[in-house]
Amino acid sequence: MPPRMLPEPTPETRHFWDGCKAGEFRLQRCTECDGGSYFPPRPFCPKCGSRKVEDYVASGKGVLWSYVINQRPRPDMGTEPYAIAVVKLAEGPQLMTNIVNCPQTPEALELDMPVQVAFAKQNDDISLPLFEPVPPSSRKAA
Amino acid sequence: MKQKSIAVVGAAETTKMGKIPDQSVIGLHADAALNAMADAGLKPSDIDGVATAGISPTELAYYLGITPTYADGTSVGGCSFMLHVRHAAAAINEGLCNTVLITHGESGRSRVGAGRFGASPSSLNGQFEMPYGPVGPPSMFTVPVLRYLKTYGLKPEDMAPVAVIQREWAAKNPRASYRDPLTIDDVMNADMIAWPFTKLMCCLVTDGGGALILTSAERAKDFPQKPVYILGTGESVETPMVSQMEDFTSSKAFRVSGKKAFDEAGIKHADVDHLMIYDAFAHLPLYGLEDLGFCKPGEAAAFIRERNTAIGGKLPLNTNGGGLSYMHSGMYGMYALQESVRQMRGIAPAQVPGAKVSVSHGVGGMFGASGTIVFSNEAP
Repeated sequence: MPPRMLPEPTPETRHFWDGCKAGEFRLQRCTECDGGSYFPPRPFCPKCGSRKVEDYVASGKGVLWSYVINQRPRPDMGTEPYAIAVVKLAEGPQLMTNIVNCPQTPEALELDMPVQVAFAKQNDDISLPLFEPVPPSSRKAA
Repeated sequence: MKQKSIAVVGAAETTKMGKIPDQSVIGLHADAALNAMADAGLKPSDIDGVATAGISPTELAYYLGITPTYADGTSVGGCSFMLHVRHAAAAINEGLCNTVLITHGESGRSRVGAGRFGASPSSLNGQFEMPYGPVGPPSMFTVPVLRYLKTYGLKPEDMAPVAVIQREWAAKNPRASYRDPLTIDDVMNADMIAWPFTKLMCCLVTDGGGALILTSAERAKDFPQKPVYILGTGESVETPMVSQMEDFTSSKAFRVSGKKAFDEAGIKHADVDHLMIYDAFAHLPLYGLEDLGFCKPGEAAAFIRERNTAIGGKLPLNTNGGGLSYMHSGMYGMYALQESVRQMRGIAPAQVPGAKVSVSHGVGGMFGASGTIVFSNEAP
Protein backbone atom coordinates (compact mmCIF):
# COMPACT_ATOMS: atom_id res chain seq x y z
CA MET A 1 0.00 0.00 0.00
CA PRO A 2 1.43 3.43 -0.89
CA PRO A 3 1.98 5.80 2.03
CA ARG A 4 -1.10 7.78 3.05
CA MET A 5 -1.53 11.20 1.46
CA LEU A 6 -0.54 13.61 4.24
CA PRO A 7 -0.73 17.35 4.74
CA GLU A 8 2.29 19.62 4.38
CA PRO A 9 1.85 22.33 7.02
CA THR A 10 2.49 25.93 6.03
CA PRO A 11 3.58 28.72 8.40
CA GLU A 12 -0.09 29.72 8.75
CA THR A 13 -1.26 26.23 9.73
CA ARG A 14 1.76 24.92 11.64
CA HIS A 15 0.21 25.58 15.07
CA PHE A 16 -2.77 23.40 14.20
CA TRP A 17 -0.66 20.42 13.11
CA ASP A 18 1.69 20.90 16.08
CA GLY A 19 -1.42 20.74 18.28
CA CYS A 20 -2.52 17.47 16.69
CA LYS A 21 0.97 16.08 17.28
CA ALA A 22 0.70 17.10 20.96
CA GLY A 23 -2.78 15.60 21.29
CA GLU A 24 -4.57 18.96 21.33
CA PHE A 25 -7.34 20.01 18.94
CA ARG A 26 -6.62 23.70 18.44
CA LEU A 27 -9.02 26.20 16.95
CA GLN A 28 -8.70 29.94 16.44
CA ARG A 29 -10.99 32.78 17.40
CA CYS A 30 -11.07 36.53 16.93
CA THR A 31 -10.42 38.79 19.91
CA GLU A 32 -11.81 41.88 18.18
CA CYS A 33 -15.23 40.83 16.97
CA ASP A 34 -17.53 38.11 18.27
CA GLY A 35 -17.10 36.17 15.02
CA GLY A 36 -16.52 33.02 17.02
CA SER A 37 -14.22 30.13 16.20
CA TYR A 38 -13.14 29.39 12.67
CA PHE A 39 -11.44 26.68 10.65
CA PRO A 40 -9.24 25.95 8.73
CA PRO A 41 -6.49 28.02 10.37
CA ARG A 42 -5.44 31.41 9.04
CA PRO A 43 -3.79 34.35 10.79
CA PHE A 44 -6.82 36.64 10.62
CA CYS A 45 -10.54 36.55 11.30
CA PRO A 46 -12.58 35.57 8.22
CA LYS A 47 -15.56 37.51 9.58
CA CYS A 48 -13.99 40.93 10.24
CA GLY A 49 -10.47 40.74 8.79
CA SER A 50 -8.72 41.52 12.08
CA ARG A 51 -5.28 40.01 12.63
CA LYS A 52 -5.94 39.95 16.38
CA VAL A 53 -6.76 36.27 16.73
CA GLU A 54 -5.77 33.64 19.26
CA ASP A 55 -5.28 29.89 19.22
CA TYR A 56 -6.94 27.84 21.93
CA VAL A 57 -7.45 24.21 22.78
CA ALA A 58 -10.98 23.30 21.73
CA SER A 59 -13.15 20.50 23.07
CA GLY A 60 -12.44 18.08 20.23
CA LYS A 61 -16.11 17.14 20.36
CA GLY A 62 -18.86 17.48 17.82
CA VAL A 63 -21.50 15.60 15.87
CA LEU A 64 -21.43 13.62 12.64
CA TRP A 65 -22.79 16.16 10.15
CA SER A 66 -22.70 14.38 6.78
CA TYR A 67 -20.69 11.76 4.88
CA VAL A 68 -20.42 9.37 1.97
CA ILE A 69 -19.09 5.82 2.12
CA ASN A 70 -16.50 5.63 -0.63
CA GLN A 71 -16.78 2.21 -2.28
CA ARG A 72 -13.68 2.64 -4.43
CA PRO A 73 -10.84 3.10 -1.93
CA ARG A 74 -7.92 5.29 -2.85
CA PRO A 75 -4.86 3.03 -2.96
CA ASP A 76 -3.29 4.69 0.08
CA MET A 77 -6.46 4.15 2.12
CA GLY A 78 -6.52 0.35 2.00
CA THR A 79 -9.01 -1.94 0.31
CA GLU A 80 -12.22 -1.57 2.33
CA PRO A 81 -14.92 1.07 1.83
CA TYR A 82 -14.58 4.02 4.20
CA ALA A 83 -16.60 7.04 5.17
CA ILE A 84 -15.44 10.50 4.15
CA ALA A 85 -17.17 12.51 6.82
CA VAL A 86 -17.75 16.05 7.94
CA VAL A 87 -17.97 16.70 11.68
CA LYS A 88 -19.65 19.80 13.06
CA LEU A 89 -17.61 20.84 16.07
CA ALA A 90 -19.15 21.94 19.36
CA GLU A 91 -17.49 25.34 18.78
CA GLY A 92 -19.23 25.79 15.41
CA PRO A 93 -16.77 25.11 12.58
CA GLN A 94 -16.95 21.93 10.53
CA LEU A 95 -14.15 19.81 9.12
CA MET A 96 -13.60 16.82 6.90
CA THR A 97 -12.32 13.69 8.63
CA ASN A 98 -12.77 9.93 8.94
CA ILE A 99 -14.82 8.17 11.60
CA VAL A 100 -12.82 5.43 13.31
CA ASN A 101 -13.65 2.72 15.84
CA CYS A 102 -17.01 2.37 14.11
CA PRO A 103 -18.34 0.10 11.35
CA GLN A 104 -18.32 1.96 8.04
CA THR A 105 -22.03 1.36 7.39
CA PRO A 106 -25.09 3.62 7.09
CA GLU A 107 -26.58 1.86 10.13
CA ALA A 108 -23.61 2.58 12.39
CA LEU A 109 -22.89 6.04 11.00
CA GLU A 110 -25.93 7.86 12.25
CA LEU A 111 -26.16 11.57 11.47
CA ASP A 112 -25.93 13.81 14.54
CA MET A 113 -24.30 11.14 16.70
CA PRO A 114 -21.77 12.62 19.15
CA VAL A 115 -18.15 12.12 18.15
CA GLN A 116 -14.80 13.03 19.67
CA VAL A 117 -11.35 13.52 18.25
CA ALA A 118 -9.03 10.50 18.07
CA PHE A 119 -5.57 11.54 16.88
CA ALA A 120 -3.93 9.06 14.54
CA LYS A 121 -0.15 9.35 14.43
CA GLN A 122 1.18 9.04 10.88
CA ASN A 123 4.83 9.97 11.43
CA ASP A 124 6.95 12.11 13.77
CA ASP A 125 5.42 15.32 12.40
CA ILE A 126 1.85 14.53 11.44
CA SER A 127 -1.05 13.18 13.46
CA LEU A 128 -4.43 13.35 11.74
CA PRO A 129 -7.50 14.50 13.71
CA LEU A 130 -9.83 11.55 13.10
CA PHE A 131 -13.07 11.19 15.08
CA GLU A 132 -14.76 8.30 16.88
CA PRO A 133 -18.24 7.83 18.36
CA VAL A 134 -18.51 8.99 21.96
CA PRO A 135 -19.29 5.79 23.93
CA PRO A 136 -22.96 5.84 25.03
CA SER A 137 -21.88 5.54 28.70
CA SER A 138 -20.02 8.84 28.61
CA ARG A 139 -22.52 10.75 26.45
CA LYS A 140 -24.54 12.08 29.38
CA ALA A 141 -21.47 13.39 31.10
CA ALA A 142 -20.45 15.10 27.85
CA MET B 1 -25.27 44.99 -18.01
CA LYS B 2 -27.73 46.52 -20.45
CA GLN B 3 -30.22 43.82 -21.49
CA LYS B 4 -29.82 42.41 -24.99
CA SER B 5 -26.75 44.53 -25.71
CA ILE B 6 -24.75 41.35 -26.41
CA ALA B 7 -25.61 38.28 -28.48
CA VAL B 8 -24.27 34.82 -29.24
CA VAL B 9 -23.60 34.67 -32.99
CA GLY B 10 -21.63 31.44 -33.15
CA ALA B 11 -22.10 28.20 -31.22
CA ALA B 12 -20.91 24.67 -31.85
CA GLU B 13 -19.68 21.54 -30.15
CA THR B 14 -16.85 19.31 -31.31
CA THR B 15 -17.49 17.34 -34.48
CA LYS B 16 -17.40 14.12 -32.46
CA MET B 17 -18.64 13.54 -28.95
CA GLY B 18 -18.15 10.82 -26.37
CA LYS B 19 -14.99 8.83 -26.96
CA ILE B 20 -12.43 10.69 -29.08
CA PRO B 21 -9.03 9.01 -28.72
CA ASP B 22 -7.65 10.72 -31.83
CA GLN B 23 -7.84 14.30 -30.52
CA SER B 24 -5.92 15.94 -27.69
CA VAL B 25 -7.26 18.55 -25.30
CA ILE B 26 -6.03 21.49 -27.38
CA GLY B 27 -7.24 19.70 -30.51
CA LEU B 28 -10.75 19.54 -29.05
CA HIS B 29 -10.64 23.26 -28.23
CA ALA B 30 -9.59 24.00 -31.82
CA ASP B 31 -12.17 21.69 -33.40
CA ALA B 32 -14.98 23.33 -31.42
CA ALA B 33 -13.59 26.82 -32.18
CA LEU B 34 -13.38 26.16 -35.93
CA ASN B 35 -16.94 24.79 -35.92
CA ALA B 36 -18.20 27.88 -34.08
CA MET B 37 -16.34 30.19 -36.46
CA ALA B 38 -17.89 28.37 -39.43
CA ASP B 39 -21.30 28.72 -37.75
CA ALA B 40 -20.75 32.48 -37.45
CA GLY B 41 -19.06 32.90 -40.84
CA LEU B 42 -15.86 34.15 -39.23
CA LYS B 43 -12.13 33.48 -39.55
CA PRO B 44 -9.56 33.60 -36.74
CA SER B 45 -8.52 37.07 -37.89
CA ASP B 46 -12.06 38.29 -37.16
CA ILE B 47 -11.75 37.35 -33.46
CA ASP B 48 -10.24 39.94 -31.10
CA GLY B 49 -11.10 38.44 -27.73
CA VAL B 50 -10.47 34.96 -26.28
CA ALA B 51 -11.56 33.19 -23.11
CA THR B 52 -11.02 29.64 -21.96
CA ALA B 53 -10.38 27.35 -19.00
CA GLY B 54 -8.41 24.13 -18.82
CA ILE B 55 -5.76 25.54 -21.14
CA SER B 56 -4.58 29.15 -21.00
CA PRO B 57 -6.02 31.82 -23.27
CA THR B 58 -2.44 32.28 -24.48
CA GLU B 59 -2.32 28.69 -25.75
CA LEU B 60 -5.73 29.08 -27.37
CA ALA B 61 -4.93 32.37 -29.13
CA TYR B 62 -1.53 31.16 -30.32
CA TYR B 63 -2.83 27.80 -31.55
CA LEU B 64 -5.68 29.35 -33.55
CA GLY B 65 -3.67 32.29 -34.86
CA ILE B 66 -5.64 34.96 -33.03
CA THR B 67 -4.18 38.30 -31.89
CA PRO B 68 -6.57 39.38 -29.14
CA THR B 69 -6.97 42.67 -27.33
CA TYR B 70 -8.88 40.83 -24.60
CA ALA B 71 -7.94 37.55 -22.87
CA ASP B 72 -9.79 35.87 -19.99
CA GLY B 73 -8.39 32.80 -18.26
CA THR B 74 -10.92 32.60 -15.45
CA SER B 75 -10.79 29.02 -14.26
CA VAL B 76 -13.21 28.14 -11.45
CA GLY B 77 -14.22 24.69 -12.66
CA GLY B 78 -17.11 23.60 -14.84
CA CYS B 79 -19.01 26.89 -14.79
CA SER B 80 -15.97 28.90 -15.97
CA PHE B 81 -17.66 29.35 -19.36
CA MET B 82 -20.67 31.06 -17.78
CA LEU B 83 -18.23 33.49 -16.19
CA HIS B 84 -16.46 33.91 -19.54
CA VAL B 85 -19.79 34.86 -21.15
CA ARG B 86 -20.43 37.37 -18.39
CA HIS B 87 -16.95 38.92 -18.60
CA ALA B 88 -17.06 38.97 -22.42
CA ALA B 89 -20.35 40.85 -22.33
CA ALA B 90 -18.81 43.46 -20.04
CA ALA B 91 -15.67 43.67 -22.18
CA ILE B 92 -17.60 44.17 -25.43
CA ASN B 93 -19.83 46.78 -23.81
CA GLU B 94 -16.74 48.57 -22.50
CA GLY B 95 -15.10 48.52 -25.94
CA LEU B 96 -12.17 46.29 -24.99
CA CYS B 97 -12.88 44.11 -28.02
CA ASN B 98 -15.65 43.36 -30.52
CA THR B 99 -15.85 39.60 -31.00
CA VAL B 100 -15.04 37.09 -28.27
CA LEU B 101 -14.38 33.38 -28.76
CA ILE B 102 -14.96 31.15 -25.70
CA THR B 103 -13.75 27.56 -25.95
CA HIS B 104 -13.83 24.33 -23.99
CA GLY B 105 -12.18 21.03 -24.82
CA GLU B 106 -11.49 18.13 -22.53
CA SER B 107 -10.26 14.60 -23.01
CA GLY B 108 -12.00 13.47 -19.85
CA ARG B 109 -12.25 9.83 -20.85
CA SER B 110 -9.30 9.24 -23.20
CA ARG B 111 -6.94 11.65 -21.37
CA VAL B 112 -5.08 12.60 -24.57
CA GLY B 113 -2.83 15.58 -23.92
CA ALA B 114 -4.56 16.08 -20.58
CA GLY B 115 -3.01 17.36 -17.37
CA ARG B 116 -2.91 15.45 -14.12
CA PHE B 117 -5.33 15.73 -11.24
CA GLY B 118 -4.24 16.48 -7.71
CA ALA B 119 -3.91 19.20 -5.14
CA SER B 120 -0.59 20.21 -3.62
CA PRO B 121 -0.28 18.74 -0.11
CA SER B 122 0.32 22.24 1.26
CA SER B 123 -2.85 23.71 -0.30
CA LEU B 124 -6.03 24.10 1.73
CA ASN B 125 -7.50 20.99 0.09
CA GLY B 126 -4.22 19.14 0.42
CA GLN B 127 -4.02 19.80 4.15
CA PHE B 128 -7.65 19.64 5.22
CA GLU B 129 -9.47 17.29 2.84
CA MET B 130 -7.19 15.02 0.85
CA PRO B 131 -5.74 13.17 3.90
CA TYR B 132 -9.19 11.66 4.52
CA GLY B 133 -9.36 9.72 1.27
CA PRO B 134 -11.55 11.51 -1.29
CA VAL B 135 -11.14 10.20 -4.81
CA GLY B 136 -12.28 13.04 -7.02
CA PRO B 137 -15.76 14.51 -7.35
CA PRO B 138 -17.81 11.32 -6.75
CA SER B 139 -16.60 11.17 -3.15
CA MET B 140 -16.48 14.93 -2.47
CA PHE B 141 -19.30 16.68 -4.32
CA THR B 142 -21.64 14.15 -2.72
CA VAL B 143 -20.61 14.73 0.91
CA PRO B 144 -23.28 17.35 1.82
CA VAL B 145 -26.26 15.37 0.55
CA LEU B 146 -27.04 13.21 3.61
CA ARG B 147 -27.53 16.40 5.62
CA TYR B 148 -29.83 17.76 2.89
CA LEU B 149 -31.87 14.55 2.85
CA LYS B 150 -32.19 14.39 6.63
CA THR B 151 -33.17 18.06 6.88
CA TYR B 152 -36.09 17.58 4.50
CA GLY B 153 -37.09 14.04 5.47
CA LEU B 154 -35.99 12.61 2.13
CA LYS B 155 -34.32 9.32 1.18
CA PRO B 156 -31.60 8.50 -1.34
CA GLU B 157 -34.23 7.11 -3.76
CA ASP B 158 -35.75 10.61 -3.93
CA MET B 159 -32.76 11.56 -6.09
CA ALA B 160 -33.37 8.73 -8.59
CA PRO B 161 -36.11 10.45 -10.67
CA VAL B 162 -33.51 13.06 -11.69
CA ALA B 163 -31.59 10.38 -13.58
CA VAL B 164 -34.72 8.64 -14.93
CA ILE B 165 -36.30 11.80 -16.36
CA GLN B 166 -33.07 13.13 -17.85
CA ARG B 167 -32.66 9.80 -19.63
CA GLU B 168 -36.07 10.42 -21.23
CA TRP B 169 -34.72 13.68 -22.64
CA ALA B 170 -31.50 11.96 -23.76
CA ALA B 171 -33.55 9.41 -25.70
CA LYS B 172 -34.54 12.25 -28.04
CA ASN B 173 -30.93 13.35 -28.59
CA PRO B 174 -28.97 11.37 -31.21
CA ARG B 175 -25.64 12.63 -29.79
CA ALA B 176 -26.38 11.54 -26.22
CA SER B 177 -24.04 8.93 -24.77
CA TYR B 178 -26.85 6.95 -23.11
CA ARG B 179 -30.37 6.79 -24.57
CA ASP B 180 -31.97 3.59 -23.24
CA PRO B 181 -34.82 4.09 -20.75
CA LEU B 182 -34.09 3.78 -17.03
CA THR B 183 -36.27 2.87 -14.07
CA ILE B 184 -35.97 3.96 -10.45
CA ASP B 185 -34.85 0.39 -9.65
CA ASP B 186 -32.16 0.57 -12.33
CA VAL B 187 -30.79 3.70 -10.68
CA MET B 188 -30.97 2.33 -7.13
CA ASN B 189 -29.51 -1.08 -8.05
CA ALA B 190 -26.58 0.25 -10.09
CA ASP B 191 -23.06 -0.16 -8.69
CA MET B 192 -22.55 1.82 -5.50
CA ILE B 193 -19.87 4.47 -6.01
CA ALA B 194 -20.02 6.49 -2.77
CA TRP B 195 -23.03 5.61 -0.65
CA PRO B 196 -25.73 6.88 -1.12
CA PHE B 197 -24.71 7.58 -4.74
CA THR B 198 -24.95 4.80 -7.31
CA LYS B 199 -23.20 4.97 -10.66
CA LEU B 200 -26.38 6.17 -12.39
CA MET B 201 -26.55 9.18 -10.04
CA CYS B 202 -23.06 10.20 -11.21
CA CYS B 203 -22.15 11.97 -14.44
CA LEU B 204 -20.47 10.35 -17.39
CA VAL B 205 -16.80 10.77 -18.15
CA THR B 206 -16.42 11.54 -21.84
CA ASP B 207 -14.41 13.54 -24.40
CA GLY B 208 -15.62 16.63 -26.22
CA GLY B 209 -15.68 20.37 -26.47
CA GLY B 210 -17.68 23.41 -27.41
CA ALA B 211 -17.25 27.04 -28.37
CA LEU B 212 -19.28 30.23 -28.38
CA ILE B 213 -18.77 33.52 -30.22
CA LEU B 214 -20.22 36.73 -28.78
CA THR B 215 -20.52 40.21 -30.21
CA SER B 216 -22.68 43.29 -29.76
CA ALA B 217 -26.39 42.94 -30.47
CA GLU B 218 -26.05 45.74 -32.99
CA ARG B 219 -23.59 43.72 -35.10
CA ALA B 220 -25.38 40.42 -34.43
CA LYS B 221 -28.08 40.98 -37.01
CA ASP B 222 -25.48 40.85 -39.79
CA PHE B 223 -24.48 37.27 -38.92
CA PRO B 224 -25.88 34.14 -40.63
CA GLN B 225 -27.48 32.59 -37.53
CA LYS B 226 -30.44 33.85 -35.55
CA PRO B 227 -28.88 35.86 -32.68
CA VAL B 228 -29.38 34.66 -29.13
CA TYR B 229 -29.40 37.66 -26.80
CA ILE B 230 -28.07 37.83 -23.26
CA LEU B 231 -30.62 39.18 -20.81
CA GLY B 232 -28.74 38.84 -17.57
CA THR B 233 -25.68 37.24 -15.97
CA GLY B 234 -24.46 36.29 -12.51
CA GLU B 235 -21.46 34.71 -10.85
CA SER B 236 -20.06 33.96 -7.42
CA VAL B 237 -17.64 31.70 -5.56
CA GLU B 238 -17.88 30.25 -2.08
CA THR B 239 -15.13 27.82 -1.03
CA PRO B 240 -12.50 25.50 -2.51
CA MET B 241 -13.42 22.89 0.13
CA VAL B 242 -16.82 21.23 0.12
CA SER B 243 -16.43 20.58 3.84
CA GLN B 244 -16.45 24.34 4.44
CA MET B 245 -19.72 25.07 2.61
CA GLU B 246 -21.70 27.38 4.88
CA ASP B 247 -24.93 25.40 4.55
CA PHE B 248 -24.99 21.76 3.41
CA THR B 249 -28.60 22.13 2.22
CA SER B 250 -28.04 25.13 -0.07
CA SER B 251 -25.23 26.64 -2.15
CA LYS B 252 -24.39 30.26 -1.38
CA ALA B 253 -22.69 30.62 -4.77
CA PHE B 254 -25.87 29.38 -6.49
CA ARG B 255 -28.06 31.80 -4.58
CA VAL B 256 -25.85 34.84 -5.24
CA SER B 257 -25.21 34.06 -8.91
CA GLY B 258 -28.83 33.17 -9.67
CA LYS B 259 -30.28 36.25 -8.01
CA LYS B 260 -27.83 38.54 -9.81
CA ALA B 261 -28.73 37.06 -13.21
CA PHE B 262 -32.49 37.14 -12.61
CA ASP B 263 -32.38 40.72 -11.27
CA GLU B 264 -30.27 41.89 -14.20
CA ALA B 265 -32.58 40.20 -16.69
CA GLY B 266 -35.65 41.59 -14.93
CA ILE B 267 -37.45 38.27 -15.30
CA LYS B 268 -39.69 36.27 -13.00
CA HIS B 269 -39.49 32.51 -12.62
CA ALA B 270 -42.69 32.12 -14.64
CA ASP B 271 -40.94 33.78 -17.60
CA VAL B 272 -38.42 30.92 -17.88
CA ASP B 273 -39.35 28.48 -20.65
CA HIS B 274 -36.25 26.30 -20.52
CA LEU B 275 -33.69 25.59 -17.83
CA MET B 276 -30.26 23.98 -17.69
CA ILE B 277 -28.77 23.12 -14.29
CA TYR B 278 -25.30 21.62 -14.37
CA ASP B 279 -25.84 18.05 -13.14
CA ALA B 280 -22.50 16.52 -12.24
CA PHE B 281 -24.49 14.38 -9.78
CA ALA B 282 -28.19 13.76 -9.21
CA HIS B 283 -28.45 16.14 -6.27
CA LEU B 284 -27.33 19.19 -8.26
CA PRO B 285 -30.69 19.84 -9.96
CA LEU B 286 -32.35 19.67 -6.51
CA TYR B 287 -30.04 22.31 -5.04
CA GLY B 288 -30.27 24.32 -8.27
CA LEU B 289 -34.07 24.40 -8.46
CA GLU B 290 -34.25 25.52 -4.82
CA ASP B 291 -31.36 27.98 -4.80
CA LEU B 292 -32.54 29.64 -8.02
CA GLY B 293 -35.98 29.99 -6.43
CA PHE B 294 -38.01 27.68 -8.70
CA CYS B 295 -38.88 25.50 -5.69
CA LYS B 296 -39.06 26.06 -1.95
CA PRO B 297 -36.31 24.42 0.14
CA GLY B 298 -36.81 20.67 0.24
CA GLU B 299 -39.46 20.60 -2.50
CA ALA B 300 -37.35 20.06 -5.63
CA ALA B 301 -37.34 16.25 -5.43
CA ALA B 302 -41.15 16.14 -5.47
CA PHE B 303 -41.20 18.77 -8.24
CA ILE B 304 -39.07 16.49 -10.41
CA ARG B 305 -40.86 13.29 -9.39
CA GLU B 306 -44.17 14.92 -10.40
CA ARG B 307 -42.70 15.38 -13.91
CA ASN B 308 -42.64 19.17 -13.96
CA THR B 309 -39.18 19.05 -15.57
CA ALA B 310 -39.95 16.17 -17.95
CA ILE B 311 -41.04 16.28 -21.59
CA GLY B 312 -44.32 18.18 -21.65
CA GLY B 313 -43.79 19.54 -18.12
CA LYS B 314 -43.99 23.21 -17.23
CA LEU B 315 -40.24 23.66 -16.71
CA PRO B 316 -38.21 21.53 -19.17
CA LEU B 317 -34.85 20.89 -17.49
CA ASN B 318 -31.59 19.51 -18.89
CA THR B 319 -33.15 18.78 -22.25
CA ASN B 320 -29.94 17.45 -23.81
CA GLY B 321 -29.91 14.61 -21.26
CA GLY B 322 -27.49 16.46 -18.98
CA GLY B 323 -24.21 15.37 -17.51
CA LEU B 324 -25.90 12.18 -16.38
CA SER B 325 -26.84 10.98 -19.90
CA TYR B 326 -25.64 13.38 -22.62
CA MET B 327 -21.96 13.90 -21.93
CA HIS B 328 -19.64 15.16 -19.19
CA SER B 329 -16.06 15.88 -20.09
CA GLY B 330 -15.13 17.34 -16.70
CA MET B 331 -16.13 20.98 -17.17
CA TYR B 332 -19.69 20.50 -18.41
CA GLY B 333 -20.86 24.13 -18.24
CA MET B 334 -20.13 24.69 -21.93
CA TYR B 335 -22.64 21.98 -22.92
CA ALA B 336 -25.38 23.54 -20.80
CA LEU B 337 -24.74 26.85 -22.60
CA GLN B 338 -24.76 25.09 -25.99
CA GLU B 339 -28.14 23.50 -25.26
CA SER B 340 -29.59 26.86 -24.16
CA VAL B 341 -28.38 28.41 -27.45
CA ARG B 342 -29.87 25.53 -29.49
CA GLN B 343 -33.19 25.91 -27.68
CA MET B 344 -33.20 29.66 -28.33
CA ARG B 345 -32.34 29.10 -32.00
CA GLY B 346 -35.16 26.54 -32.18
CA ILE B 347 -32.90 23.72 -33.39
CA ALA B 348 -32.52 21.47 -30.31
CA PRO B 349 -33.11 17.74 -30.83
CA ALA B 350 -35.69 17.89 -28.02
CA GLN B 351 -36.93 21.38 -28.86
CA VAL B 352 -39.22 23.08 -26.34
CA PRO B 353 -41.98 24.56 -28.53
CA GLY B 354 -42.07 28.35 -28.50
CA ALA B 355 -39.33 28.77 -25.86
CA LYS B 356 -38.30 32.43 -25.57
CA VAL B 357 -36.24 32.55 -22.36
CA SER B 358 -33.61 30.01 -21.31
CA VAL B 359 -31.54 29.96 -18.12
CA SER B 360 -28.21 28.13 -17.97
CA HIS B 361 -26.88 27.62 -14.45
CA GLY B 362 -23.45 26.20 -13.76
CA VAL B 363 -21.42 24.94 -10.84
CA GLY B 364 -17.64 24.92 -10.46
CA GLY B 365 -15.58 22.72 -8.18
CA MET B 366 -17.64 21.04 -5.48
CA PHE B 367 -20.23 23.77 -4.89
CA GLY B 368 -17.21 26.08 -5.04
CA ALA B 369 -18.33 28.47 -7.77
CA SER B 370 -21.33 29.34 -9.86
CA GLY B 371 -22.31 31.18 -13.01
CA THR B 372 -25.78 31.89 -14.42
CA ILE B 373 -26.73 33.18 -17.88
CA VAL B 374 -30.23 34.21 -18.98
CA PHE B 375 -30.74 34.00 -22.76
CA SER B 376 -33.56 35.19 -24.98
CA ASN B 377 -34.30 34.86 -28.69
CA GLU B 378 -36.44 37.98 -28.82
CA ALA B 379 -34.74 40.90 -30.53
CA PRO B 380 -34.20 44.09 -28.52
